[in-house]
Amino acid sequence: MLDARTPLVEMNDISISFGGIRAVDRASIDLFPGEVVGLLGHNGAGKSTLIKILSGAYKRDAGSIRINGEDVSINNPRDAKAYGIETIYQQLAVADNVDAAANLFLGREITTPIGTLDDAAMESKAREVMGRLNPNFRRFKEPVKALSGGQRQSVAIARAILFNARILIMDEPTAALGPQETAQVGDLIKQLKSDGIGIFLISHDIHDVFDLADRLVVMKNGQVVGSARTEDVTKDEVLGMIILGKVPDGATPGPGAIAG
Amino acid sequence: MAEQHAIPTNIHPSRFVQNPLQRFLMATELDTRLLGMIGALAIIWIGFNIFSGGLFLTPRNLWNLSVQTASVAVMVTGMVLVIVTRNIDLSVGSILGVVGMVMGVMQTDILPTQLGLGLGHPMIWVLSLAAGLVVGVGIGALQGTIIAYLRVPAFIVTLGGYLVWRGAAWWVTMGRTVAPMDPTFQLMGGGPAGSVGALWSWIVAVIACAAILIGLYWGRRQRLRFNFPLRPIWAEAALAVIGCGVTIAAVMVANAYPWPVRIAERYAEANGIAVPETGLFISHGIAIPVLIALGVGVVMTFVATRTRFGRYVFAMGGNPEAAELAGINTRWVTVKIFMLMGALCAIAAAISTARLNAATNALGTLDELYVIAAAVIGGTSLAGGVGTIAGALLGALVMQSLQSGMVLMGLDSPLQSIVVGAVLVFAVWLDTLYRRNKH
Repeated sequence: MLDARTPLVEMNDISISFGGIRAVDRASIDLFPGEVVGLLGHNGAGKSTLIKILSGAYKRDAGSIRINGEDVSINNPRDAKAYGIETIYQQLAVADNVDAAANLFLGREITTPIGTLDDAAMESKAREVMGRLNPNFRRFKEPVKALSGGQRQSVAIARAILFNARILIMDEPTAALGPQETAQVGDLIKQLKSDGIGIFLISHDIHDVFDLADRLVVMKNGQVVGSARTEDVTKDEVLGMIILGKVPDGATPGPGAIAG
Repeated sequence: MAEQHAIPTNIHPSRFVQNPLQRFLMATELDTRLLGMIGALAIIWIGFNIFSGGLFLTPRNLWNLSVQTASVAVMVTGMVLVIVTRNIDLSVGSILGVVGMVMGVMQTDILPTQLGLGLGHPMIWVLSLAAGLVVGVGIGALQGTIIAYLRVPAFIVTLGGYLVWRGAAWWVTMGRTVAPMDPTFQLMGGGPAGSVGALWSWIVAVIACAAILIGLYWGRRQRLRFNFPLRPIWAEAALAVIGCGVTIAAVMVANAYPWPVRIAERYAEANGIAVPETGLFISHGIAIPVLIALGVGVVMTFVATRTRFGRYVFAMGGNPEAAELAGINTRWVTVKIFMLMGALCAIAAAISTARLNAATNALGTLDELYVIAAAVIGGTSLAGGVGTIAGALLGALVMQSLQSGMVLMGLDSPLQSIVVGAVLVFAVWLDTLYRRNKH
């Protein structure tokens, strides 16, 4: 994967502070087409914060973001979506009181020629996408709050892939799911990958990440400890990076690596 | 999930229910909560009719009831959107007051005298209404901007607005009452002249029935197009009969209320019509303010359910963070909601001032509480995300029915307030029970 192609995403020297605390400190990370990059670290390591800067939920204090080699400014979620960046959030970001189709198209509704909502067309498209993702899904007319955690998560995932995302951010996508649904998400990730979509996979479940990611980036205290190709490191070595900040031989050290 | 695997998606779920009532409700897809409200309204009406000795269910009282409801009904359609997004607007009564004063001064002083149009100029009512709308929308934009962009809670901003705009209403003429209104403007307040008469009422009924039928047909066609489950034909027919029946019954009631004898005689004299021995029967028909309120209800239902704006309003109410992350400009939507609320206050102010034939600085006092109560009785949840325009309109009718019925029964004014307050709390408790059982 690490060839001479232009990365889909390059985030360079990104910093952000919240009330004097540096949540992310000069972090750099990149992503190539068709690649899955796993972002690992403890709770509070800064991985979610870093990725929320890419998805437009937070605004960075310093650093640059390049999409396809071009400098871009991402100030809100609308900007991010305009660059084909879609995000599936850790806390299920669905509106509980409206149905699945309304959630799938939230912010990008299909309208009729006179500008009104075309609910039938949206529901039809929703049935098609959900049929691919979760064939057992039938409850299109009900508010999302009536659905199980897994069903809600499949709505959130469907929303992300519905609009031809080129860059997909998955923040703990399987945290609320049962084993069967987790496997489905895994299959989905492989499928999206083969379509050339770049995926950031954020998790603190190291097993998930080892199964799915091509490359790993470990963060600690807001800094990048190091990165490695998945096949070059063992789970124990990665745990060492997460817990101690110790970079093994197979990995490239980052600014957060401890000396020696 | 397991029990749903066997169900093909294009068969209507009502096929699998045995109980006839449940089957009817499912097949027609009627909102049971709304039906419950209609039931409550029927009980209130019949109860008052019995206790007032048959005074309540008369064409005259029902017609008056419809006119009295119009102003609050117009405002409650906007309050639904405000409350759905987890905001509140305590300033609507005061906005109504100041906008009413502005419209009053426009049509009695500024337009006829200062701009020299002369009293009774046909453009006066339009320009006054336009000025009122501009002021209403402007006030809404100001309050909405403070709420959305400066992040001051809506409760505080509109509590401030409640005082500010009431004071402003007083300021416009230093407390002087402005009267009389322009004759054309007065038509918005109802009365014999401000009603459309029997013929036009029937035309309205025909248009409404046609709209119901076309709506049902269109809905069915859309479902066919995407192979969704269809309602059984008998359910569609039942909906058509119920919808058209209610429309026709309402028009019959409005047409059964004649002009007062004196006014009818004066009208006959002026137009050279011979008065028969049995007396001249000229129907009121639907009052113009009621038509305005119904029109506002239809437009607002359309806005809430068929436009992106409406979809965003409900999504923001359900999960503000998700709406923001979905790329919705939630702040601008909030400003737009309050601008809309301001415009609706201006329409309500036109109805109120026209009906009173005067603008006073106390006009609309306590209206904010009636509007909020009507919205809440109508099923709008203060927790956000839930509410319908139709329910809120019914809520306004319930509130007004209670008040009007108690007046007919001769209840003392303090007792009326006590009853209305108790009913509000009771209604919300019932609603809580209903929602808890549903989920």
